[in-house]
Amino acid sequence: MSGDSPVESAQSYDVLIVGAGQAGVQTAMSLRQGGFEGSIAIVGDENELPYQRPPLSKAYLRGDAEVGEFRFRSAEYWTKNSIEMISGITVESVDVDAHEVLTENGLRIGYSHLVWAAGGRARTLAVPGANHSGVFSLRNHADAERLRVSLVDARYAVIIGGGYIGLEAAAALAQRGVTVTVIEVQERLLARVTCPAVSDFYSDLHRAAGTTILLSSGVEHILGENDHVVGVQLSSGEILPADLVIVGVGLIPNVEPLAAAGVVCSNGVEVDGECRTSAPDIFAVGDCANFKSSFSGGARVRLESVPNAVEHGKVVASVILSLPNDVKAPPWFWSHQFDTRLQTVGLQAGHDEAIVRGEPGASKFSIVYLRSGRVIALDCVNSIADFAQGKLLVEQGTPATPEELADTTIELKSLATRAA
Amino acid sequence: MTQITYVSTDDTRHTVDAPDGESLMRVALQHDIPGIVGECGGELTCGTCHVYVSDEWSDRVEPESEGERELLSMMDGVRPESRLACQIRVQHDMHGFTARISDHQ
Repeated sequence: MSGDSPVESAQSYDVLIVGAGQAGVQTAMSLRQGGFEGSIAIVGDENELPYQRPPLSKAYLRGDAEVGEFRFRSAEYWTKNSIEMISGITVESVDVDAHEVLTENGLRIGYSHLVWAAGGRARTLAVPGANHSGVFSLRNHADAERLRVSLVDARYAVIIGGGYIGLEAAAALAQRGVTVTVIEVQERLLARVTCPAVSDFYSDLHRAAGTTILLSSGVEHILGENDHVVGVQLSSGEILPADLVIVGVGLIPNVEPLAAAGVVCSNGVEVDGECRTSAPDIFAVGDCANFKSSFSGGARVRLESVPNAVEHGKVVASVILSLPNDVKAPPWFWSHQFDTRLQTVGLQAGHDEAIVRGEPGASKFSIVYLRSGRVIALDCVNSIADFAQGKLLVEQGTPATPEELADTTIELKSLATRAA
Repeated sequence: MTQITYVSTDDTRHTVDAPDGESLMRVALQHDIPGIVGECGGELTCGTCHVYVSDEWSDRVEPESEGERELLSMMDGVRPESRLACQIRVQHDMHGFTARISDHQ
């Protein structure tokens, strides 16, 4: 740990990685695995060894796991592999010409290659009372720790935002005996990422656990007493009691230092197929990288997922090592709520048909998304076989009819052999 | 603590002391055992903790679930003794357990 490094020391690294999340860590690990012998440092804004984020909204929040159980690697790994951890430090600006970053405490760090893996921060709500204590985001260990402490005495929780983070937190809280209300401004849950059949399934799942789901509902005001949250007032005027509030309304990519340096950014840092930004020797990876996916019909996407971060880390490592990139797998994603496992492969945006395969009422079904008669994505609920086999169809862009996809006696892999 | 051995694809043996109740995938990550990735964190989604468990041990660890079998069936290098390390928890009677790491992750 060198969080208190002297300000005057001028350091320089062959590869400087900004961000100690999945994408940054993967870049460093893949570089060493590929035989990279130059110097590597990872600058992270948290004062601890890197850890996986997905369990924070699941097992950690339920109290079933501690962060020590889901660190990426042991403490020894980083020293043994000569990956320097510069922890507890935020990068404030980038000097593209000088090949240097400047940290908040005045440290200048030089680079030959800069890998921007800075992720994002939780979007906050612009309503009165959003700063009361007892109002939480859920993005990092510190957030989850504070939330978990305050859970102990909580009876009523209001979760603003019916996306994955909000719903995973809702499940964890309900399992801990908290009375939960989820408020979603859209007319259905998960509206941005899935189709109505899956949205309805998740509404039913949470309602069956005793959670109240309020759709098409806005928040007017977070009510407090002595600056601590006591309730949430909806746009309708209704007031819900709340001992704590979780705001899960999306992520803002951390791009400002790069944007200020003139690097092209839109929704994230724009990169090419090798994760190169518009600036020389600067790459961007993971949640903050905006790229044209071959699985999105060429449209630019920014994906917030572990597999995407891993893939980007591997790509950058191979580019730096001048090795060929592997064939790209379609994006995938998972969510775990109660005993229900959702697995997604491909990108469903732009689909023109959504075929229900299986029985949502039996909590085991898949949605197969088609565009122009070809499979582009699947959402699989408790259907691992469909997920594992559907990957092939997405990779190949397999043509298939709605009738055969809806027929659960036909295994998906049997469709994959036909010419795409 | 229970003694567990992982055998790498190059036949290197890594013997570690594992806490009971922890998954073989987590134990491998905590000891930096090469070849075990565990990308999805044990969610039966990625198949990157593929190991081979010999017959003498296969009956003495937790049996595979339908989901594990379904995921394994689509993976390269799958054999009758294939398992996902994330689905096997260390138990006190597993002293001396050995798993060979698949080179298909």
